[in-house]
Amino acid sequence: MGYQARLRVWRGDSESGELRDYEVEAEEGEVVLDLLHRLQATRCPDLAVRWNCKAGKCGSCSAEVNGRPRLTCMTRMSLFDPDEVVTVTPMRTFPVIKDLVCDVSYNYVKAREVPAFTPPEGLEPGEYRMQQRDVERSQEFRKCIECFLCQDTCHVIRDHAENKEAFSGPRFLMRVAELEMHPLDDYAERGGDRPEESRGEHGLGMCNITKCCTDVCPEHIRITDNALIPLKERVADRRYDPILRFFRRKKE
Amino acid sequence: MAEIETHEYDVIVIGAGGAGLRAAIEARSRGMRTAILCKSLFGKAHTVMAEGGIAAAMGNVNSGDDWRVHFRDTMRGGKFLNNWRMAELHATEAPRRVWELETYGALFDRTPEGKISQRNFGGHEYPRLAHVGDRTGLELIRTLQQKVVSLQQRDRAEHGSYEAGLRVFAEFTVTDLLRDGDRMAGAVGYWRENGRFVRLTAPSVVLATGGIGKSFKVTSNSWEYTGDGHALALRAGARLINMEFVQFHPTGMVWPPSVKGILVTESVRGDGGVLRDSAGRRFMFDYVPEVFKASYADGPEEADRWYSDPDNNRRPPELLPRDEVARAINNEVKEGRGSPHGGVYLDVAGRLSTEEIMRRLPSMHHQFKELADVDITSQSMEVGPTCHYVMGGVEVDPDSAASAVPGLFAAGEVAGGMHGSNRLGGNSLSDLLVFGKRAGAGAADYVSGLERRPEVDPADVDEAVGAALAPFEVADARGAENPYAMQSELQQVMNRLVGIIRDGEEMCSALEQIAEIGQRAGRLAVPEGNRQFNPGWHLVLDVRNMLLVGECVAAAALRRTESRGGHTRDDHPRMDPNWRSRLLGCVLRDGAVEVSEQEQEPMRADLMRLFSREELEKYFTAEELAVEETASRTE
Repeated sequence: MGYQARLRVWRGDSESGELRDYEVEAEEGEVVLDLLHRLQATRCPDLAVRWNCKAGKCGSCSAEVNGRPRLTCMTRMSLFDPDEVVTVTPMRTFPVIKDLVCDVSYNYVKAREVPAFTPPEGLEPGEYRMQQRDVERSQEFRKCIECFLCQDTCHVIRDHAENKEAFSGPRFLMRVAELEMHPLDDYAERGGDRPEESRGEHGLGMCNITKCCTDVCPEHIRITDNALIPLKERVADRRYDPILRFFRRKKE
Repeated sequence: MAEIETHEYDVIVIGAGGAGLRAAIEARSRGMRTAILCKSLFGKAHTVMAEGGIAAAMGNVNSGDDWRVHFRDTMRGGKFLNNWRMAELHATEAPRRVWELETYGALFDRTPEGKISQRNFGGHEYPRLAHVGDRTGLELIRTLQQKVVSLQQRDRAEHGSYEAGLRVFAEFTVTDLLRDGDRMAGAVGYWRENGRFVRLTAPSVVLATGGIGKSFKVTSNSWEYTGDGHALALRAGARLINMEFVQFHPTGMVWPPSVKGILVTESVRGDGGVLRDSAGRRFMFDYVPEVFKASYADGPEEADRWYSDPDNNRRPPELLPRDEVARAINNEVKEGRGSPHGGVYLDVAGRLSTEEIMRRLPSMHHQFKELADVDITSQSMEVGPTCHYVMGGVEVDPDSAASAVPGLFAAGEVAGGMHGSNRLGGNSLSDLLVFGKRAGAGAADYVSGLERRPEVDPADVDEAVGAALAPFEVADARGAENPYAMQSELQQVMNRLVGIIRDGEEMCSALEQIAEIGQRAGRLAVPEGNRQFNPGWHLVLDVRNMLLVGECVAAAALRRTESRGGHTRDDHPRMDPNWRSRLLGCVLRDGAVEVSEQEQEPMRADLMRLFSREELEKYFTAEELAVEETASRTE
């Protein structure tokens, strides 16, 4: 069943690099990551590639396969014609460290800027009561494995590194939505305003809902429809509601 | 030697899975300046792979549940070899640790009353596993990760920096622990990104490095699971116990070859899935061992009634503890009743509606669809045993998680004792939380009680760095060994000769081969490249650890002449009550692994009384029970 697959892999570091061609044995049922591992074990022992679970659960092995952001552990070789050259490159939105490994620290910086869950006052551990239908909305977002493919594909930062300062990307806007929809989050009761912060601190306005993030999500989370658009609606409700606007102006 | 990056902490936690993060949260909450050192990116630890749930006797689904029932199940699952004090602490504290996660923002699946839902699992008498579909581990790691971030946000508000009191060193590997005399003084490690070395000084170190599964060829474990913590502990002078007990999860994927070993959650069986042979027969009824006959059904009718009426029927045997199910599958395949790719069939399609499967087992559906072209809502899965977990680990004090080395603590899979000879599903995540917290508290108390902080000898640091860099020197030498080839060789030896079914001669042969590989390991070379993100070099350092723990497993397994839990011998097929109270410990003496026997402390009388006399007689010797009876009478 095996055949010689044609792999083109980006090799290099932050200063320079190039695409190199390899022929690698491919067995039935294998995924791109299997071939990268075989390359490592047989010909390129220093090929840098991140991976952990090899089952689509940890989100470590993100890269671009023929230009499309994918988990290499979930990309079957059978997707491609045996003669086709399969090109594997690092995620373009983040600076390369070496080969397929890039510096994803941007994401961890943004994660820290989202205020954490605020536990409700007066409820002791064990006293939390929530209905399944009420937790499901946030649960969908908590399926996120932080592969950062949505961040990689988002054109707001993909071709405009200068936007990274003001824009947290779909992953962390979705995190804001998740907390906003958490049935017991007390942030608003303590004077916080997550939708407003998503606009101000996290740059929600820069998103023009092209749904690229949803398209590449390996967990099939409906990021745009279920997180970003509702968040935008909440911002709009607050900003353009004449009564709320009046109060806000007074506060300001 | 050139200047080395140096940091000073009160507590350093090695490992960023459930146990490590819970330990760090505890240490930081007690005012300790804490560092978390993680081998991968933050949030990628192996805990994300846990699927089924967290076992905690909250009694949300069946109010008959309480800590005593959980304690009993855990001891039975481990065939009474467990450290009973750890099992007691675990059972009593698990509910509080789960509820606490909700205050960090976790969102578990709910019961109709709005409480945390709980599901059935192998070896657990009642529905006990708090869960989020079949991605509970992800929820656990993300929740703890986000709690760490919230503590950092608090530090920033108070001290102006996110990293003032709690810092995560991501993609950072520890190569050696440092000591001042016999006590902990810190650690040396390197950044994977650039290969630069770092010295961390700290009076206390918490090991939370997980397991050793990567030493086996067919495994559910990731590249990280190379026994680093086990090896670090040995080299620092600590003792490992129970290393012969390795859990083979009954259901790993068997096909296609590239996914062989990847886990298929026990929730499939907990939620109604059944195992069948090639003729479609539910074979597990043939494999209910004597000690479990009273609580497991002997035919499909009763087993099926149990799902709706658990009080008046016995449980289906698919829900026996993992060691039993794994052996049964192994035997079916050996006797020629397996599936085409050497497994058996796991069927949930005929048992649950498509909607139920999609709701309860979404990630299993996804995994099989994407990786094996199998739709589990209409087709059976092919499954077989895969190396999953090591019950053995660092011997610790149950209450504080302290090892014998002052300042060195261990929690989670790297610690030994809690699960005895076999761990129940769901008891791992709760173990991480209960003993992660205790280790963080133990480390904090230890540091607070110190009169003098330990000092690091710069010569030790130089030596550690020199040893880690030595493989670069070997690169051009003749007879240099390739780490990828050597790892694969060791995995084959462990899988073939110290695997699910063992035999004295085979284990002798395994020890010889491990020794021979160990000889060659001195010539392990970095095949190519420099110190910048070089997996070849990283693997050289990992293989050394794998060899050391592999030797411990084989040596202890050879010594234990009985079969119990995750240790099954063809040449000693019976469980021997005389072995129940005897633990095998491994220490490193002059570079060699030394195995010795030690007596386990007798179980406290009030805990003994939680079991019937008839049940105890199956596990304990007559002398042990006589002593116990005298003690009870005089109380």
